[in-house]
Amino acid sequence: MLDNWQFIAIFVLFAPLIPGAAIGANWLLSPKKPNRIKQETYECGVEAVGSSWIQFKVQYYIYALVFVVFDIEAVFLFPIAAAYGLLGAFAVVEIVLFVLILVAALAYTWGDGSLEWV
Amino acid sequence: MDIMELLKSLLELDLGGYLQSVGTAVWVINLIGVLNLATACMIIVIFLIWLERKVIARMQDRIGPNRVGGKYGLLQSVADATKLLSKELITPAGVDRIPYNVAPVLIVVASLLTWAVIPLAPGVIGVDLNIAVFFVLAISSVSVVTFLLAGWGSNNKYALLGAFRAVAQMVSYEVPMIVSLLVPILLARSMSTVDIVEAQGIPFIVVVPLSALIFFISALAETGRTPFDLLEADSEIVAGFHIEYSGMKFAMFFLAEFLGTLFMSAFFVVIYLSGYRFFGVEELMIGGLHIGALLGFIVFVVKVFLVYFVFIWIRATLPRVRIDQLLNFNWKFLVPLSLVLLLTVAVMDKLFLADAAQIPKAAVLMVTNIVVGWVTVELLRRRDNDGQTAVSPITEEAVTAH
Repeated sequence: MLDNWQFIAIFVLFAPLIPGAAIGANWLLSPKKPNRIKQETYECGVEAVGSSWIQFKVQYYIYALVFVVFDIEAVFLFPIAAAYGLLGAFAVVEIVLFVLILVAALAYTWGDGSLEWV
Repeated sequence: MDIMELLKSLLELDLGGYLQSVGTAVWVINLIGVLNLATACMIIVIFLIWLERKVIARMQDRIGPNRVGGKYGLLQSVADATKLLSKELITPAGVDRIPYNVAPVLIVVASLLTWAVIPLAPGVIGVDLNIAVFFVLAISSVSVVTFLLAGWGSNNKYALLGAFRAVAQMVSYEVPMIVSLLVPILLARSMSTVDIVEAQGIPFIVVVPLSALIFFISALAETGRTPFDLLEADSEIVAGFHIEYSGMKFAMFFLAEFLGTLFMSAFFVVIYLSGYRFFGVEELMIGGLHIGALLGFIVFVVKVFLVYFVFIWIRATLPRVRIDQLLNFNWKFLVPLSLVLLLTVAVMDKLFLADAAQIPKAAVLMVTNIVVGWVTVELLRRRDNDGQTAVSPITEEAVTAH
């Protein structure tokens, strides 16, 4: 079992070397002639006004919040699905109830208008 | 140290077994496996870019790359990569250096790692994790973070908009993907990719076609490909989150996109198209040699490229959707549909099909899938006929504008 994760561990350590080597080689070979105009933020060809690190549209945040509910659901549903053969009819009722609670959450956000793009 | 034994292991695509027999430590085997897998991924992407350009060109009645590297322009991607290698790495003045530089490395790491759990042939797999599907979902979530790192770190409004779109889209489409993946796991009773392949006496695309369709659409969106390529819509936000990158840093995003698409094709083949299996050809033994392993690998590659071809085909056919259409389609259509499908399959499997034989069970589930899909389409059609949503947002805007 631990051998399996050893493979992943070696992969995690090794994988950054590929993009690292490519970018490193690029850094060695490329010309390095920075100037002020070249280093400007690229927006439409005119000078950028202000920073980008400002308040952003809240809509994206709401979708992320709804996602969190379903992501947690996945954590519980995956083990149930994998062990489905061992479970009795009672478990089926439980799963149906569990998913229905989620459906209720989805219905609530839907009715709430949170899923409308404004 | 028997040469015959080495030859035999090579033919069986099982170098690991040979090394184990001569008493090498496990981590060396693992290291060799990692090197092979990563190198193969890199080489195949170079070919994929050429393939995609060529196929799209043919579909648009063009010739495509045809100068570099002989008659078919086979070395076009190699030439492109060499050119990118000699380009200056421009770092804009206003960037946040740590996220800006971490993003291109991390995105390649994320798209490489997922390959560890794909069974390429019988007994040939990076590592047979017992939670492989979970692992894939976890790792592909990392790429969402890299998009945000790139977009936020660039200090560019277009990049930030692209990153927000990417996060909203990928996070949303992960929900139907997770729920549709639960169906094959439920049928295979395992999260291991090898077990899922072994469970597919009848490919799951036949048993649960609706689940396969939902997964395929979500996979298109997860990889950010047309018609869901809003995150880099070049006519609106120039190039999205990777606008400020040049040279090899830009190439890394490109590489990760192709690697991700190929991975999704491979994952689709493993989960729904029975992976390396093809009418028992993968079990073929000739003279004690497991020839089937080689044949299984060929079957797998052919299937993966067929699915990849469909990805390219869709890219050449469909126009890009709008962000509200994209998110509505996900939250108001795919998510409820996949939840209904999951409940239907779970209840059917336990209450009615617990003791059924393989073929009748598959037939009943297939009919159930088709009925669920048909009822959904019929409901939507009725609602549209009632005129409740017949007015599209575009015409609504046009009416209010005048």
